[in-house]
Amino acid sequence: MTEPALLQARDVRKSFGQVEVLKGIDLTVSQGQVVSLIGASGSGKTTFLRCINLLEEHDGGEILLDGDPVGYIMAGERRKRLSETRISAQRARLGMVFQQFNLFPHLTAAANVMLGLTKVQGKSDAEAREIAQHWLGRVGLADRSGHYPYQLSGGQQQRVAIARAVAMQPRLLLFDEVTSALDPELVAEVLSVMQGLAESGMTMLLVSHEMMFVRDVSHHVVFLDQGKVAQAGPPGEIFGNPGNDRLKSFLGRFHGLFGRG
Amino acid sequence: MDFSMAPGTFLFEAWQARASLLQGLGVTMLSSALSIVIATVCGLAMGVALAYGWWWLRLVARLYVDLMRGIPLLVLILFTYYGLALFGINVPAFWAGVIALGAFATAHVAENFRGAVQSVPAGQMEAAKAIGLTFGKRLSYVILPQAVRRMLPPWVNTALEIVKGTTLLSIIGVVELLLSAQQAMARNYMIIDFYLLTTALYVAINFTLAQLGASLERRFSYLRY
Repeated sequence: MTEPALLQARDVRKSFGQVEVLKGIDLTVSQGQVVSLIGASGSGKTTFLRCINLLEEHDGGEILLDGDPVGYIMAGERRKRLSETRISAQRARLGMVFQQFNLFPHLTAAANVMLGLTKVQGKSDAEAREIAQHWLGRVGLADRSGHYPYQLSGGQQQRVAIARAVAMQPRLLLFDEVTSALDPELVAEVLSVMQGLAESGMTMLLVSHEMMFVRDVSHHVVFLDQGKVAQAGPPGEIFGNPGNDRLKSFLGRFHGLFGRG
Repeated sequence: MDFSMAPGTFLFEAWQARASLLQGLGVTMLSSALSIVIATVCGLAMGVALAYGWWWLRLVARLYVDLMRGIPLLVLILFTYYGLALFGINVPAFWAGVIALGAFATAHVAENFRGAVQSVPAGQMEAAKAIGLTFGKRLSYVILPQAVRRMLPPWVNTALEIVKGTTLLSIIGVVELLLSAQQAMARNYMIIDFYLLTTALYVAINFTLAQLGASLERRFSYLRY
């Protein structure tokens, strides 16, 4: 690998009580790459994603963002948890889009996008409004900036959520099954926005069940099984030549998509 | 009831007692207002402690809330007035009453606030974290604006309870509306008339408060889910 790794995860472990959900995950994302995590429910994809921006704290291994460990600093041999302010600053370098959109219901579409720009990045209202307008335009919602979330369809809400994340100019955008809560006919509009972002060179790490999309947009695909990386490689290899048995059976469930034609 | 202004009629006697009645009304409104402010400010702080505090802070707040909910308000008022004096802390009756009412209602506001905050979906806090907002900003720009509408109705109830609770201050000698009316009755024996008058005044205060609450609720009605 020639470019420096933007995100590097080494042997990341995480347990919820007695249940070990992540059993040592290694993963690297380079600048401009689109990396996808696939796998069955409970394989740890979402937990891993949430560890990256500290919605969960990993208990073992390390996650480095631009070389800095997320969530702690090393004080000699010991880990020292970062202060709330430093953690928030790390999170501000990452964008995240959720399955359930999680738009702020008391704010308009534009105000949802502006909140981080003004309150985290300290931009003026006018500047933030301009940026919000730009990104709402990019996701095809220029005429919806004054609408509240309840006035928007699921697909529109998710596109506002993408605008909210990307307007902060994050180093890396995390997508957590962002189309899973959408009606089937609304999935395409969200995927096409994501495709546009990928083509513009945005570094993205996504968890998705949209296998066609994953195959088309990713540079690198990681198949997680029971908290471990079972197979990883370029999409052609993962989808064209799945060596791992569990990957084969996992992809078999999407056979309708890949088998025909 | 005779509504003429001749001596011995209700209106005449009420007019005679107007200065002390008005003063009593003033004391009732002032002690209510102060207690509501104390309960709101302290209750919000304690509610944050209940919802997000370190475990020991949650424990302390939880103990306080359970204690305050278990003590009869009258006992609390008597304790604040006489009990503190035993420890050499002499608090004027009016302030003892305000402190006791405020401390009592703090527990209610705190518990309501905790419930309102925790009823905001977890994803809201996560989304606020994900864009990099610090704790205070997550609370003030994302959680509070959504919690406020849910906590408004119980908050109005607490305020009404406080207004009614000020009548208990008469026990420790604070001449609020009830006691000033009773003092007038001691002179003219028009017991029913003056109790009706005080009843009407309490209802008027609380009706106004409830209307205020309702208009605030309408103001926050843009919050839909």
